[in-house]
Amino acid sequence: MCLAIPARIVNRLAGDDAVIDAGGVRKTVSLALVPEAAEGDYVIVHVGYAISRLDPREAERTLARFADLPDAQEAR
Amino acid sequence: MKYVDEFRDGDIARVLAAKIADAADRARRYAFMEFCGGHTHAIARYGLTDLLPRNVVMVHGPGCPVCVLPIGRIDNAIELALERGVTLCTYADTLRVPASRGTSLMKAKSSGADVRMVYSAADALRIAADHPEREVVFFAIGFETTTPMSALVVQQADRLGLANFSVFCNHVLTPAAIANILESPQLRKIGPVPLDGFVGPAHVSCVIGSAPYEYFAAEYAKPVVIAGFEPLDVLQAVLMLVRQVNAGRHEVENEYTRAVSREGNLTAQARIAEVFGLRRSFEWRGLGEVPYSALRINERYARFDAERRYGIVYRPVADNPACECGAILRGAKRPAECRLFASTCTPESPLGSCMVSSEGACAAHYGYGRWRDGARQAA
Amino acid sequence: MSGSRERLYARPLDLKRGRIDMGHGAGGRAMAQLVEELFVAAFDNESLRRMDDQAAFAVPGGRMVLATDSHVVTPLFFPGGDIGSLSVHGTINDVAMAGARPLHLAASFILEEGLPLAELARIVASMARAAREAGVAIVTGDTKVVERGKGDGVFITTTGVGLVPPGVEISGERAHPGDAILVSGALGEHGVAIMSLRENLEFETAIRSDSAALHDLVAAMLAAVPGIHVLRDPTRGGLATTLNEIARQARVGMRIVERSIPVKPEVAAACELLGLDPLYVANEGKLVAFCAPADAPRLLAAMRAHPLGRDAAWIGEVVEDHQRFVQMETSFGGARVVDWLAGEQLPRIC
Repeated sequence: MCLAIPARIVNRLAGDDAVIDAGGVRKTVSLALVPEAAEGDYVIVHVGYAISRLDPREAERTLARFADLPDAQEAR
Repeated sequence: MKYVDEFRDGDIARVLAAKIADAADRARRYAFMEFCGGHTHAIARYGLTDLLPRNVVMVHGPGCPVCVLPIGRIDNAIELALERGVTLCTYADTLRVPASRGTSLMKAKSSGADVRMVYSAADALRIAADHPEREVVFFAIGFETTTPMSALVVQQADRLGLANFSVFCNHVLTPAAIANILESPQLRKIGPVPLDGFVGPAHVSCVIGSAPYEYFAAEYAKPVVIAGFEPLDVLQAVLMLVRQVNAGRHEVENEYTRAVSREGNLTAQARIAEVFGLRRSFEWRGLGEVPYSALRINERYARFDAERRYGIVYRPVADNPACECGAILRGAKRPAECRLFASTCTPESPLGSCMVSSEGACAAHYGYGRWRDGARQAA
Repeated sequence: MSGSRERLYARPLDLKRGRIDMGHGAGGRAMAQLVEELFVAAFDNESLRRMDDQAAFAVPGGRMVLATDSHVVTPLFFPGGDIGSLSVHGTINDVAMAGARPLHLAASFILEEGLPLAELARIVASMARAAREAGVAIVTGDTKVVERGKGDGVFITTTGVGLVPPGVEISGERAHPGDAILVSGALGEHGVAIMSLRENLEFETAIRSDSAALHDLVAAMLAAVPGIHVLRDPTRGGLATTLNEIARQARVGMRIVERSIPVKPEVAAACELLGLDPLYVANEGKLVAFCAPADAPRLLAAMRAHPLGRDAAWIGEVVEDHQRFVQMETSFGGARVVDWLAGEQLPRIC
């Protein structure tokens, strides 16, 4: 439903706009929905707008969970 | 790409697949619905079906806003472009969807209608601002992920005092769709839905949060695990669902914690609430009328509502009576069980919502999986 | 008209500020000047200097190949090339995909009234350069002008003839179960370079079109493996379309391995951003080759030794399949089918 990709905010422009970098490709998108996002943050981008910030700590935690041993029943 | 590649690691995928096989009780079947077209796409693209044990099946739900858009609404959009002469701006996804009498937005364009593909709602607004002499209509579709953008452009149009811009709103709501799948009159015909849980949408949940699913989990006793779009996210979510089912739990869990919180994106929710209101009912192709499942522009921004501005009259158009989308969207039937699948109904000439876009259950199966049907029959 | 160089025209073409007008297509002096001062000057060869309406040449013995291609690309100029170089490379490649050595090219232009002469001059210079580097001359051509609004600046049709070396028999039909499938390099560059300039999609990328003439690479490949079965360049519709076409022609199936298909990270990223699949994105300087499995290592080495084949890869094999599916082993080890493209590849939100 919602094609969206993680991208790094390279720099903020006038107003709500910012230049993001996704895998070396740069585009100008709007941060109107995530106004608290700062340069260096990663955001999820959908149709030219950031919809959420990506939490790097949670990303690490999720990756670590994948590698959990089978009998370590995860707590939520 | 950072935060993408790590979640596509083939070796970890096999570890997760082994965990799922281990956890799944051989004596029973698990059927999980992935509601979101993006998940359908990930499963198909990475061949995740091959990694799951045979007793864990994924069912594709109606999470594709293009697929569930009724033909009559596309007819309205074509009418605006061809007969009312507006500049109709649309996401590319709708361009090829067949409407009534063999038309489509792409065909209307070749007949001279000013139909323009845009990547973003902001592009439509820019076209309106740059061309005050043209009437510009933005064909807004999508679930909650895409709705905030439409709200923003309406508010911007208002601030700019644009007199030539409006939005044809077809935004639909995820929780209402899930409720409809679990409980609707059609189910009396199809029988109880054999679903054990849901893989919740990734980016809709960025906007609405994980809280709205708590009602379903409790009321219908079905676990919901919100999952990111990457294949490892999907596998991990399936594992979490299998564990919940085994333990008799039915809770909302969040696998996509790196982007989804319980309350969601409050800024986005506020913008939506400022601009849109609930429609009492809206037709979903394949599901029929679904109450409180869609949005319309509210009174405050009425002059940006294309339906009011152009006096649009909606005329429902029935699908082929042999179309099984209603059952397929609820997981009661599989694409190959529909008489029309791959014979008269193909991606080039789709007859029902499940075939309309590549995320639809039938299109995904046709594109990525139908070659197995032949093999299975031959085996 | 004689080949004399005496000045027939009161003023030279204003290549800086001039524009194409209906007079340039009328067949009179204005058109003659355009042809002489722009096209003939740039393409500069004996045939053209004769100023006949056709080119005459001796036909070497053997099998001839004739190919034609029209070019309507927008925008006219893009990173890595322009409609001119594209039109030269495209037809040279069509000829080369038969295993033939390209001999001569013809080029016809449909110019839109209002096209700046500076742009046309740039395109023509680019064509001349591409032809010169390829060692192929543009020996004849045609020019027409259409009214403003009836053309996208310029449309170019190029036609090429070539000679097939004896013993070379290349055709899509010859794909045989067991054959190795090779590609000459990384996919998706041309399509992404074009998309990056399209209105509403603008994104910045260092990706350049891979537009290139492949006849020299083909010659090197044939020298190593004269018995190549199939050659094709995956242009519109990408690798997926080309493989499906060959599968249908030869009535076979295919099995390719995703991990072995070269795609540059930036191309992959751009495709992610737009919701495109690199397998379906156009290439203009790549080819696919099918050969007997025993010949594959030697063929691959020959490709990698050539500048246009450095990233060549062995991506799969032909199999028996009456349903003619192209199957792909995904990076996960799962399987999916790589089907025909349904309509034009467009960026999606879904």
